[in-house]
Amino acid sequence: MNNILEPKPYKILVVKKLTAIEWLFRVEFDEIEKINYGQFIQISIPKVGEAPISITGFNAKDGWIEFLIRKVGLVTNVLFELKPGDEIFMRGPYGNGFPFDENYRNKNLIVVAGGSGCGPVRSMINAVNNNFESVKNMEIILGFKNEECILFEDDISSWEKNSNIITTVDEICKDGNCSLGLSNGLVTEHFSKLDLSDLSNVEIVIVGPPKMMEFSAKEFVKMGVPEEQIWLSFERKMSCAVGKCGHCRVDETYVCLDGPVFNYTKGKYLID
Amino acid sequence: MLSPITETLFYFTDDEYRAKKGVKKPILMFVRACDINAIKRFDDIYLKNGGFVDPFYAGIREKINFALMECPSKGWDTCFCASMKGNVVNDNEYIFGIQLGEEIKVDIKDPSLMEIFEGSQITYHVPIVEENLISVKIPMISNKDVQAKVKELSLWKEYDKRCIKCGSCTIACSTCTCYTSYDMLYTPDSNAGERRRINASCHIDGYTDMAGGHSFRPSAGERLRFKTMHKIHDHAKRFGGDNMCVGCGRCSDHCPAFISFSTLVNKLSVEVDKLNEEDINE
Repeated sequence: MNNILEPKPYKILVVKKLTAIEWLFRVEFDEIEKINYGQFIQISIPKVGEAPISITGFNAKDGWIEFLIRKVGLVTNVLFELKPGDEIFMRGPYGNGFPFDENYRNKNLIVVAGGSGCGPVRSMINAVNNNFESVKNMEIILGFKNEECILFEDDISSWEKNSNIITTVDEICKDGNCSLGLSNGLVTEHFSKLDLSDLSNVEIVIVGPPKMMEFSAKEFVKMGVPEEQIWLSFERKMSCAVGKCGHCRVDETYVCLDGPVFNYTKGKYLID
Repeated sequence: MLSPITETLFYFTDDEYRAKKGVKKPILMFVRACDINAIKRFDDIYLKNGGFVDPFYAGIREKINFALMECPSKGWDTCFCASMKGNVVNDNEYIFGIQLGEEIKVDIKDPSLMEIFEGSQITYHVPIVEENLISVKIPMISNKDVQAKVKELSLWKEYDKRCIKCGSCTIACSTCTCYTSYDMLYTPDSNAGERRRINASCHIDGYTDMAGGHSFRPSAGERLRFKTMHKIHDHAKRFGGDNMCVGCGRCSDHCPAFISFSTLVNKLSVEVDKLNEEDINE
């Protein structure tokens, strides 16, 4: 019997520093055809442990996946000491991911991401950007703490070719002037700039800290967006990712199995 | 046995994880009726949840046979198995029943055991506990809005001071399965070690801590609510069938703050009845 908890070794291909504490890791992977946007992998480092990490990019042709790793825990601290050529252990992918084909295709897709919440949505945004006919339109709001925290600047410039992108920072920009193209304020302050003229055709994806997702979803509902057209991606502590360890459970829902992506009609009840 | 405090899963070096081999010999487990039902809840999680089979649990589970021990006629003073259907066991769920008294009586269910008792006549059957000293009324939560309102009940706040978040109840619980995995090294300077899992408790600090500092349910009352709702609502809602709690009463026996789970559930039932009524009138 295949052991569902047994991780396999894979080689790190590229390490790219995005900010002081957020690096992009590209790693070999052999089961890319199984991956959906927004799913996650369990990364293991022998002696240190295991942690769930969102897949932020994948390429079936070249056989790699990418992770946005934030240096905040035991496993991620050790990851920051590794170099291309070193091996890490992985199992997955896990979770449901975003229902792109079922719900977002040919729609006005709006993505609101905060901080490292950009990680789970990046692969889907890149896929849409490379095949813009798959949606009617895509608009993106990205929120960061300050200018130094901005992630995926190269990706953002390529998304600007097709999409209206609002990049906003919470803290007042230096000297009161934001760099060119940068806005100030919380993500919710920019919702009025989005094209919500055809409410029946809009699908909204929100990923970020719990409070940001809660207030953003409530704001969209207030603006008339039906709850069924809002989607959230949750983050929880996990030990197993296969519905055994119990850490990610909220009521009758296991975030690792039933999520991490939830429609707001369900997500609004996932109160701890 | 099935959910030991700590359990080795893998042996690792720098470049390999090797799974621990399963047990080879069959295991005979002497249990009460509630325990057989509790292990069915284990099966829900370890063998069914999400369609994933936990290979370590499955390996031991298939080796286990149960011997059903007779309980006192009403169980013990904290038992409420009759309210939770934890008292009922099917004949095919154990190989023999036994009464341990001045004389030992057995009740053979597995025909292959009959040879051992050849010549003796078996007239004994393990009686079920028809009622306990305590009975519990399970709250019937009518919909998602009522379920959300249960989280805001002031009832839970009462336990903020009483519950000391020690986790004794979850260690004693027949149906708690949560665990945390961790890696340990044989010696500080070696690269070899084991990935193990250790029982985790939703009452203990750190259960929901994520890298980066977020966590959920900081107060004792919120944690008691989370556990209680799992035992008497959430598990049954996910898997269908009976509630997770089998009414063994061991949580109440072990609580150093003398919190009675049956009293708590009965109090909750009264509050949920009120919430259901308000919901109809809204």
